[in-house]
Amino acid sequence: MNWRGMQTLFRKELLRFYKVGLQTLAAPVMTTLLYLLVFAQALQERVQVFTGVDYASFLLAGLIMMSITQNAFANSSSSLIQSKITGNIVFILLTPLSHFEFFLAFVAAAVVRGLAVGLGVYLAAVLLVPLPIHNPGWLVLFAVLNSAALGTVGVIAGIWAEKFDQLAGFQNFIIIPLSFLSGVFYSIHALPDFWQRASHLNPFFYMIDGFRYGFFGASDIDPLISLAVVVSVFATLVTLTLLMLRSGYKLRN
Amino acid sequence: MHPLTMTPAINIQSVHKRFGSVNALNGVSLTINGGEFFGLLGPNGAGKSTLINIIAGLTRADEGDVAVLGHHVVRNYRQSRRCIGVVPQELVYDPFFTVREALRIQAGYFGLGRGNDPWIDELLDALMLGDKRDTNMRALSGGMKRRVLIAQALVHKPEVVVLDEPTAGVDVELRQSLWAFVKRLHRDGHTIVLTTHYLEEAEALCDRIAILNHGEVIALDTTQGLLERGIGRTLRVCVTTAAPVTGLTGKYAAKIVRQAGNRLDLQLERRSDSVVDMLDAVRQCGATIIDLSTEEADLEDVFVELTRRKKA
Repeated sequence: MNWRGMQTLFRKELLRFYKVGLQTLAAPVMTTLLYLLVFAQALQERVQVFTGVDYASFLLAGLIMMSITQNAFANSSSSLIQSKITGNIVFILLTPLSHFEFFLAFVAAAVVRGLAVGLGVYLAAVLLVPLPIHNPGWLVLFAVLNSAALGTVGVIAGIWAEKFDQLAGFQNFIIIPLSFLSGVFYSIHALPDFWQRASHLNPFFYMIDGFRYGFFGASDIDPLISLAVVVSVFATLVTLTLLMLRSGYKLRN
Repeated sequence: MHPLTMTPAINIQSVHKRFGSVNALNGVSLTINGGEFFGLLGPNGAGKSTLINIIAGLTRADEGDVAVLGHHVVRNYRQSRRCIGVVPQELVYDPFFTVREALRIQAGYFGLGRGNDPWIDELLDALMLGDKRDTNMRALSGGMKRRVLIAQALVHKPEVVVLDEPTAGVDVELRQSLWAFVKRLHRDGHTIVLTTHYLEEAEALCDRIAILNHGEVIALDTTQGLLERGIGRTLRVCVTTAAPVTGLTGKYAAKIVRQAGNRLDLQLERRSDSVVDMLDAVRQCGATIIDLSTEEADLEDVFVELTRRKKA
């Protein structure tokens, strides 16, 4: 392993988003707080969630996970597409970094950004909305797994996309719809039967439901099922990404 | 050959590469020896950059093998990439970082830490970037960015340095300073591979040259050897208008490439044609010679002739 090389790429990716922290950290925290204020006010009395759980608390837990996953995705995908379009990806491709080291560095940086934004939302919002923590280990496990999974999706999208337009399409037509339809704003038990079944096909649903369990000790489905689904999805994504990187798909041709 | 191991600096064997229906490289084989200053010439689309990219590991060959100092560029990519520094053709940079940060990051990818800082400082001074080390890359001029690219290629002290059209679009002063720096690298023992469109640049710098056209090596020789390849020289004769040249016959008449007024241009083969015999033939036609000059073929003539022959 080229540990120092991988650590350098990881640090470079951290520096990249840290240097534009207003855009990469502060702005998503602000946007998420606005979602919380607007939706909590509008839906507080209308949406039934878990017994004994306030809607604003329920929503906040979902929004934290949504901000974690969206920012993890944004970090790896935007870094790769920018590097490809400006051409400076060659600085990485010319080096003795393996495809596995490349992957680990990008995903680790995506996890850090996702967790930083999620923590920022939590710290800012708990001043307004009570949010108990039932199982901190479970929370950290889901936060890390989910951000790593979306960081991996970001690597796939960043390698696949050849222009910003394609990446925006990936984000707006796949990532955001799946996030919004995952139960961030509602419990799937409030949905008609068909949409409840459809929600079970959405991996984001398991990410958010499992994460919520860490806060409330309650969830729409058994949290172990959520964990199994998230681990399986992550393992599939990692396999696909490593195969893409090893083949040099859209990077070394 | 490499002084220690006698291993070629770069060994390219039967490399093929296609991009869709375009045959970018069609069985290219080349050996570049350690310590050489090697030129890779060819018209646009000849396959030069594709070949450089395969050597650097940026593109994978469809067939064939490439090794840098004996390390296969795919199977032993870690070792081969440590041995080679590539200056890309495009003026690329990372806008998030200063010059020093960019160089430290590049060194870090090769496993080098702060212990490499003195070398980074030395590079910055040698490339006249010492006062720009803490300047963001975005704020540099094009010439400075080009020099940072060279520093990035050298940051891990590679034995083989590949420069892909390093002087394309740079002003005369910068071109001269880059030439001087590259000559210094060569004197210090680096193997240099240069692709360029400026033939006088290759003629002035390179020991040996390969000319690529349509993905094939159409010439591979020392620079001097290429210049002597039967392209010959032009003999320009001016005669008095009172007695123009009209009676040249046979093999002498076939040498005329241009005749205008009292001026006659004759193409002579370097090895077989005598200037004295040619002048005697002109005099025997009754013409009085009042001036003459000879023009040696340069690499551009060789290049044009070879690529023209290939087309024909």
